[in-house]
Amino acid sequence: MGSGGRWGVAARTVCEFPGSLGFAESLGSRVGSFRPAMGLELYLDLLSQPCRAIYIFAKKNRIPFEMRTVELLKGQHLSDAFAQVNPLKKVPALKDGDFTLAESVAILLYLTRKYKVADHWYPQDLQACARVDEYLAWQHTTLRRSCLRALWHKVMFPVFLGEPVSPEMLATTLAELDVTLQLLEDKFLQNKAFLIGPHVSLADLVAITELMHPVGAGCQVFEGRPKLAAWCRRVKAAVGEDLFREAHEVILKAKDSPPADPTIKQKLMPAVLAMIQ
Amino acid sequence: MGLELYLDLLSQPCRAIYIFAKKNRIPFEMRTVELLKGQHLSDAFAQVNPLKKVPALKDGDFTLAESVAILLYLCRKYEVPDHWYPQDLQARARVDEYLAWQHTALRNSCTRAMWQKMMFPVFLGEQVPPETLASTLAELERCLQLLEDKFLKDQDFLAGPHISVADLVAITELMHPVSAGCQVFKSRPKLAAWRQRVEAAVGKDLFQEAHAVVMKAKDLPPADSAIKEKLKPLVQVLLQ
Repeated sequence: MGSGGRWGVAARTVCEFPGSLGFAESLGSRVGSFRPAMGLELYLDLLSQPCRAIYIFAKKNRIPFEMRTVELLKGQHLSDAFAQVNPLKKVPALKDGDFTLAESVAILLYLTRKYKVADHWYPQDLQACARVDEYLAWQHTTLRRSCLRALWHKVMFPVFLGEPVSPEMLATTLAELDVTLQLLEDKFLQNKAFLIGPHVSLADLVAITELMHPVGAGCQVFEGRPKLAAWCRRVKAAVGEDLFREAHEVILKAKDSPPADPTIKQKLMPAVLAMIQ
Repeated sequence: MGLELYLDLLSQPCRAIYIFAKKNRIPFEMRTVELLKGQHLSDAFAQVNPLKKVPALKDGDFTLAESVAILLYLCRKYEVPDHWYPQDLQARARVDEYLAWQHTALRNSCTRAMWQKMMFPVFLGEQVPPETLASTLAELERCLQLLEDKFLKDQDFLAGPHISVADLVAITELMHPVSAGCQVFKSRPKLAAWRQRVEAAVGKDLFQEAHAVVMKAKDLPPADSAIKEKLKPLVQVLLQ
């Protein structure tokens, strides 16, 4: 007896009422007068770390999905249309038929279970699984936070928003990042090949995509950290160099973002400030 | 040694684990780690959790940090009733979604509300600037609204018709500002009704037992200067 039960209808009709087209059209997806049955849709912006983790995971596991790009720097996540998919107004978001889901960890676990991926991503073994859960819980307020701040304080505020960041603030942020990287090495990675053991798991995907944020900002995250550098190479190999590169094209060009126009800047500021608190 | 749970019931996630373990009759040794005495900072405790935080679990040689990880470990190991962490793909995803969201949303605002409104003046003998407190309480309001609108909606519990670990994590969070005198449920009948249901599902006695410590926090004697010094880093974070 499931508690939530199925959300959506069992089968989608081929022909949708015109009223439902507005939403899809406003996101720029290709639609005609008839909307075919929708499979899995992933609402992503590869600028965002958790979006990259999901992108890599889905591609690596050959999970068929429609990519719905939501451009954060254009404020598309703040639209009413997108709020239908995720009222929290954030990416990543998932839509599977009528079922919508927010939160990257929840999305990764949903995909893991629905598509029955290889065990190492989220092991059945009680203790190994707990280690993945432990990392996925820890990272929200630590590595996620310091990687986000590093990117925004070092690059996005000055380059994109035209807002200077004091050297002290930047120094504090980078010092915090350093502390978090040390914890990543000492508490999580230790002397293992991957974060939870001998095989790559969801934890590694979530972590590596985080670290690429300050890398995209020009921080030499792996310098002086041979252990992390070696781990990074292993994760890239496990995922596939091409896929890894593809997922990180956007973030690696972040420092070349043209400055935001005043309207966009005004639109984005509150959300940005809340995000990097 | 069997299962050991390192907890301080002053802490929200510790309460969630305590209630969960007791409700499910999971046998464990309670290892109290008094945060206000700085016991979480000891070298001894670092052997259990190098992150120096509660809750922490020790099961034979296996140690585990992070309340969400601990709750899921207990769910699986002790094969608790399905509703706590349902097998159903979508229902489970809803629980995961809540457990992920709350880290940087409700957890944050409940901790700050409780500390800024009560612990700072009562325990640390410091006043928090009114603008800071106001901003914190406004953020709490915003999170409560999201809790109602996005998670609870018109359901009986956060992930559907039955109580799950999401409800335990949420209710124990909300009791934090309640302990500081915030009228969290007063103008929110939907949340108040949900709270009644959660308390009933958990058992009033167990719920009260788990919250005895935090509800008496306002009567704490002021901290001595040694403790204040020890807790300084925490203080910085809570005022940001």
